[in-house]
Amino acid sequence: MLPTPSTSHVPYARVYEPAEDSFLLLDTLSAPSETAFLATRFPITTTPNPLSPTPTPTTTTPSLSPSPTPLILEIGPGSGVVLAFLTAHAHTLFSRRDVLTLGIDVNRFACAATRETVRRAVRDDALPLEVGAEAASGAGVGVGAGLGTGAGYHLGTAQGDLVGAVRAGSVDVLVFNPPYVPTPELPSMYQQGGEGEGGGQATTTTTTAAAYEEDSRLLALSYAGGRDGMEITDRLIEALPEVLSSRGVAYLLLCAQNKPEEVKGRIRGLEGGLWQAETVGTSGKQAGWEKLQIVRIWRE
Amino acid sequence: MKVLTLNFLTCAVKSCKSSSDSFPLHPKDAELVSDDVELNPQLLVNLLPRIDWNALRTTSTELGFPQLPEQPPTPEELQADEKMLKDLHTLLMETEMNEGKLVCGNCSHEYAVREGIANFLLPSHLV
Repeated sequence: MLPTPSTSHVPYARVYEPAEDSFLLLDTLSAPSETAFLATRFPITTTPNPLSPTPTPTTTTPSLSPSPTPLILEIGPGSGVVLAFLTAHAHTLFSRRDVLTLGIDVNRFACAATRETVRRAVRDDALPLEVGAEAASGAGVGVGAGLGTGAGYHLGTAQGDLVGAVRAGSVDVLVFNPPYVPTPELPSMYQQGGEGEGGGQATTTTTTAAAYEEDSRLLALSYAGGRDGMEITDRLIEALPEVLSSRGVAYLLLCAQNKPEEVKGRIRGLEGGLWQAETVGTSGKQAGWEKLQIVRIWRE
Repeated sequence: MKVLTLNFLTCAVKSCKSSSDSFPLHPKDAELVSDDVELNPQLLVNLLPRIDWNALRTTSTELGFPQLPEQPPTPEELQADEKMLKDLHTLLMETEMNEGKLVCGNCSHEYAVREGIANFLLPSHLV
């Protein structure tokens, strides 16, 4: 088991607290089937990593032939627990540590929280392990444990609406734990009573009631998904053909009310005709139904 | 937000997507901070094929960094050129934009960057 990043500093009154869905993403992305898939998808064709547990013997002189660095984007990272996990354990998860990670969240507090969660997780990765702490688990110990050498590179976080500000064709791994709960309506992306014109200073909330309203709006943004809980997710799915690179992969979390089989069908019908969508992780069986699942989306 | 990020971001206004002027966004009144990151030559070599070099040259010049060569180095050239490695490392991996604005060259919309976090939420009349 790889350590779960600490999120004790995150203000849970206005930022989604890691829950079953977050942990399902961590479990799925660190499962052997997914790390094997990602290693094949983003092969490093270069110098064997000296930190690799079993460096492949090579007779040729190592050379730095390029293998394009993957860009990992999480939409709606919230507390940052998933993005921090991906960044801190990059070498274990992607079989390479030259990965870039970026987070985009509609909630500015989540952007700040994510940046801090990633910073702490990368720092903790660099701390020497306590003697014997993970000795028994053997292979579970991160590569370079105690040396802090397994972490990737965090670009930062930005406030925004899904992938609207992301350059076409640039994302190699996209992770989205969406607002998936069916709700009668969607919360506003803008602060109520504030100027809300994306860019100015946040309006100072003067009353406790107003502050509570604002916190409720921010939390609602993290879970409220409108019709079938799919209104936000459908917008992201429609943007995938443009934003993913040709080797790009997306991991999307769905709940049973999202009608996941229909969603997978829609994805397979996206423009281009080569789209694959498979369930690669599930949790929370209820009456024979998987409550949550992770769908991997890619082009063959 | 690392300067490298500007190579992956563009104006969020839909009608700007088709304009080459919307990328890269232009830093304005930028306050930069520097972060210590260990130099990783392999990372820089692997970054080359996925960087838009012309955009990076623009960003570099606009932020007051030394002008980058017109053509990107080959992996071999980069590997052998310690100064180039170091300069690119400083610009891409160690320099962060902490305050200022990012301006679209097409629609002139200004995205604020505060405490290192850029805000790409559009005002409702631009959505």
